[in-house]
Amino acid sequence: MVIYGVGLLAGCMLAGLWAGRLLGHALGVEANVGGVGIAMLLLLFFTQISPKRPVLGPISASGVSFWSAMYIPIVVAMAAKQNVVAAVSSGWVAILAGTLAVLASFALVPVLAKWAPKAEDDA
Amino acid sequence: MMLESIESVLIQNGLMTAFALVALLVGFSYWIADKWTGGHLHGSAIAIAIGLALAYLGGKWTGGQQGLADIPWLAGIGVLGGAMFRDFAIVATAFGAEVRELKRAGIMGIASVLIGVALSFLIGAAVAVAFGYRDPVQISTLGAGAATYIVGPVTGSALGADSSIIALSIAAGLTKSILVMIATPLVAKRIQLDHPHSAMIYGGLMGTTSGVAGGLAATDPKLVPYGAMTATFYTGVGCLLAPSLFYWIVRSVF
Repeated sequence: MVIYGVGLLAGCMLAGLWAGRLLGHALGVEANVGGVGIAMLLLLFFTQISPKRPVLGPISASGVSFWSAMYIPIVVAMAAKQNVVAAVSSGWVAILAGTLAVLASFALVPVLAKWAPKAEDDA
Repeated sequence: MMLESIESVLIQNGLMTAFALVALLVGFSYWIADKWTGGHLHGSAIAIAIGLALAYLGGKWTGGQQGLADIPWLAGIGVLGGAMFRDFAIVATAFGAEVRELKRAGIMGIASVLIGVALSFLIGAAVAVAFGYRDPVQISTLGAGAATYIVGPVTGSALGADSSIIALSIAAGLTKSILVMIATPLVAKRIQLDHPHSAMIYGGLMGTTSGVAGGLAATDPKLVPYGAMTATFYTGVGCLLAPSLFYWIVRSVF
């Protein structure tokens, strides 16, 4: 049933966010440390890795893939609720700090990617 | 009477209003992408750009902080685009991810988070110094804001910065996340963002969850789980390092 997939997804998300909050607490940080990332790893564990994984039939799996497909529309809604006015009207310090940080980070992507092992090396 | 009743239906069923509206917006954007750019620009890139433009108009119109979602009959946009649905959809994208790829670039992904936080902080702090700030608390808060718009205020309040500098740090983080959304599809080829491992490094370096989510959606949705995975650790690492180690370093310099 579709709800099994949706329920698994929701369970992984709640468990991940909880773990992220505990991790933040342990580190003395007022933030969720990697909660969503942990949730993703949990979902992968339960659907691909665990030897005792619950087998999601195609209909149950569609409960997960539906939300994965809703990703772009949700991101569009997310864009439409950003505080763009505050970003644009904040003055040069903030705009420069944000912009230069992005440009430098972009520039580093290919540099660091070179150090990561490539798929072709596998054979 | 007609208009009032339409409005009250839209308000009472806000999330449905948002579904319908976003569907129209996405459809329109894909039509433009196909007709006017011949498929060169991804439809979702256009949809995100239009979304941001509408957010600007909404913010100007209402004077609120939530873009379009501050207009009463569009409040559902705020629900659909809020952190809960965003994170839910991001987690769902992991369903199609390849564990092998994640393992392969895992170490570089972790390293890129640390490098990314340090780099953004350094640049934000340098800009603050260039603009004449000399107080280590202010410099660190702005540096933290250049990481993400959450790291900035968390750091600022931990260090006791005043609210005007915290507001600036949030604006720096917002600028970053909006720019990442818009610019990623434009620079994707040049920075070789075409593979799970470069996506993981990209997520770790950028760090803004919204920016990375939007940027990858507009570039290649298949890369989303890899970039999102590392990006979600960034804010936490930033909140850990900025008010402690990085502040300590700034204080020893100024």
